[in-house]
Amino acid sequence: MFSNLDLQKLVFGRLTLEAIPYHEPILLVTFAAVVLGGLGVLGALTYFRLWGTLWRDWLTSVDHKKIGIMYIILALVMLLRGFADALMMRAQQAIAFGANDGYLPPHHYDQIFTAHGVIMIFFVAMPLVTGLMNFVVPLQIGARDVAFPFLNNFSFWMTVSGAVTVMASLFVGEFARTGWLAYPPLSGPAASPGVGVDYYIWALQIAGIGTLLSGINLVATIVKMRAPGMSMMKLPVFTWTALCTNILIVAAFPILTAVLALLSLDRYVGTHFFSNDLGGNPMMYVNLIWIWGHPEVYILILPAFGVFSEIVSTYSGKRLFGYASMVYATVVITILSYLVWLHHFFTMGSGASVNSFFGITTMIISIPTGAKIFNWLFTMYKGRIRFEVPMLWTVGFMVTFVIGGMTGVLLAVPPADFVLHNSLFLIAHFHNVIIGGVLFGMLAGITYWFPKAFGYKLDPFWGKMSFWFWLTGFWFAFMPLYVLGLMGVTRRLNHFDDPSLQIWFVIAAFGAFLILLGIASFGVQLVVSYLNREALRDVTGDPWNGRTLEWSTASPPPEYNFAFTPVIHDHDAWWDMKRRGYSRPLEGFRAIHMPKGTGTGVILGALSLVFSFAMIWYIWWLAAATFLAMAVVTIGHTFNYNRDFYIPADEVIRAEGQRTTMLSGRA
Amino acid sequence: MATHAQTVLSPGEAPEFHLAEDHHPEGSTMLGFWIYLMSDCLIFAVLFATYAVLGRNYAAGPSPKDLFELPLVALNTSMLLLSSITYGFAVLEMERNRQGATLGWLAVTGLFGLCFVGIELYEFAHLIHEGATPQRSGFLSAFFTLVGTHGLHVSLGIVWLVTLMVQVRQRGLIVENRRRLLCLSMFWHFLDVIWIGVFTFVYLMGVLQ
Repeated sequence: MFSNLDLQKLVFGRLTLEAIPYHEPILLVTFAAVVLGGLGVLGALTYFRLWGTLWRDWLTSVDHKKIGIMYIILALVMLLRGFADALMMRAQQAIAFGANDGYLPPHHYDQIFTAHGVIMIFFVAMPLVTGLMNFVVPLQIGARDVAFPFLNNFSFWMTVSGAVTVMASLFVGEFARTGWLAYPPLSGPAASPGVGVDYYIWALQIAGIGTLLSGINLVATIVKMRAPGMSMMKLPVFTWTALCTNILIVAAFPILTAVLALLSLDRYVGTHFFSNDLGGNPMMYVNLIWIWGHPEVYILILPAFGVFSEIVSTYSGKRLFGYASMVYATVVITILSYLVWLHHFFTMGSGASVNSFFGITTMIISIPTGAKIFNWLFTMYKGRIRFEVPMLWTVGFMVTFVIGGMTGVLLAVPPADFVLHNSLFLIAHFHNVIIGGVLFGMLAGITYWFPKAFGYKLDPFWGKMSFWFWLTGFWFAFMPLYVLGLMGVTRRLNHFDDPSLQIWFVIAAFGAFLILLGIASFGVQLVVSYLNREALRDVTGDPWNGRTLEWSTASPPPEYNFAFTPVIHDHDAWWDMKRRGYSRPLEGFRAIHMPKGTGTGVILGALSLVFSFAMIWYIWWLAAATFLAMAVVTIGHTFNYNRDFYIPADEVIRAEGQRTTMLSGRA
Repeated sequence: MATHAQTVLSPGEAPEFHLAEDHHPEGSTMLGFWIYLMSDCLIFAVLFATYAVLGRNYAAGPSPKDLFELPLVALNTSMLLLSSITYGFAVLEMERNRQGATLGWLAVTGLFGLCFVGIELYEFAHLIHEGATPQRSGFLSAFFTLVGTHGLHVSLGIVWLVTLMVQVRQRGLIVENRRRLLCLSMFWHFLDVIWIGVFTFVYLMGVLQ
């Protein structure tokens, strides 16, 4: 009955052999490298017989510490991809002048800048932030896990599933050519009929569900699971910023989900939400996506502020200056971040009064942010500062971020924005705050908490190399873009006619190369530190003379975090305990109630990956089948009532005994 | 540096720094579920806002006045409101520890829910038959999506309800199942509240225009 073509369409949807880009040498080489690397990893896992450990102790684990570490590994892997995109763009813009077209045609270049933005925000910055919060928050509040441990594992695998979807677009089909927010009508069915925007939509939808659930989880954890005595004004500042960030996640991500769903309806069903005809309104999309998008940037930066607060007070050996004002500044930023979204499109033409309102709210945000900078400076003032690597990142952040903040205030002036809108000045501004703020913060946090997670410090020499390359690289790469932006150069161009601009792009490319050295130094640092781990070993659990609860337990912490639930009397709880002669209990250990690992999260993540792939390629039977399978697995999971177990007292005694030996070995 | 710290700390006094007994933080499921509901509420907020912006873009097609039949919608609304009341009865019976009666009221709730979804599907089919499809205009796109999303939620609620009925039958009204029944109860009443918004904002005000 079916002709061949019909049958193929039924089975494979719109997926054909032409979707594999075997005629693109860059992609072919990348693909070969990925396959070889993947085979190498699989082979090593088999050779060292690690499959069982990997599955039991990591993939199916509901331990917040392991999930946090896995988030950060995901982020670092995706950073390599996102940064490779950045290098390609910098190289293209440095050479594509006049007669030289460069090596990237527009079709390819547009995918690269879209993928770069999407990956860096959703699959680098977000997992870094979520991972750090996951690892640190329960330890800082004296809890044994998060409120919903299974949900935590499930959230992580949804994020992975989204990341794999983006990566798949590299080798099967194409990615969106629309920019990282996929504005319609460009992203609508008429202008983008291919699979690119569908890859974008499904990757974000699936990862977004993970982010939303992890936000709910951490809010419930911080509100309900604090150790006795830890009132809200005794929360460590990082946990405060984590609370505000997760509230923002819960308040913002549903909007992303909804607006992407509406865009999908336009693309799949032919509705008229954002079309130009039959009553659609593209500016509705732009408004909605920024109502999510602006809080999103504060979702990223607030935890970085928290990290810097912990680091400044630890390495200055002082209480944080103005704890209460820091908390209030964080809360004010949280609220204001919801009232500024329109500054992303002053040029929409909503009139002077609307633009003035959003311009003024935007400028007001710089007040609490400025208060924070002064709090950090006053904490350092007359402190006994130790310039360890995390402290270097912090000082580098303060210098860099202040510049980024000030260019932000410039952009907040609507008349100035009419000139600078969509220019490289804007690009320089947001990289200034995201690299100088979020990324420096996360790298500082990773260096700071690394000994807690793995039991040994990171090598300081390579850490300093990484820091200086990143810092100088950032300034070389983005200051030229401010200059170009002021001269009127717009973003997302793959070719230029005016040869006088070229020198600035060459300088920017040199900066990107320095950043490459910074990333390489970080990699070297990981390897060197691992090889040298005995010398860098942290036997005390408190390598930096820390102030908050996570430093009171062993490094790495036992599965149960704390043998006894701590009682809190001060916001620098561990500092308070050390000062008032706390002695670690050596007896009276009891069995500890803990949640059990489960493979359901991995299975649901894998199914959602296949589901999104089927939806992208119109393979309807497979989409229906995987959707049904997800429903069955989810319902099946609710029939499992046996979700926890007790760590026997003997095991607790053994683990705590080892710690006692370790501590006395030092003395 | 120390002067500030000393006003807060008093060295020499060493109070209890850990609990000797087991610590049982109160359950966070209800709070977590509340937060989830609020996030779901935001999805509806986006759909309401979209309807507010696009709801009069008829594109020379039919308007609410041409399409909506209030008696049918009133019947539908009563189905959902009654189902909320019967869910309330189920929870009261649960509090009295009467498993059979709880299951009975849950079944009635599910039937009212099914009627609601059925009538909504009938209405949709009728509209599409008349040519008022989601593809016809911005207004109809926004209408079908808002009302359809609510209908999907109710359908999901029915699946959840059936699952819970099986679980209650298997294990009785144990703590876990009570907690689950209360979560579904919040979900169900939440959908009721959303529907009041849909009824007022979409149907009543649509016909009044």
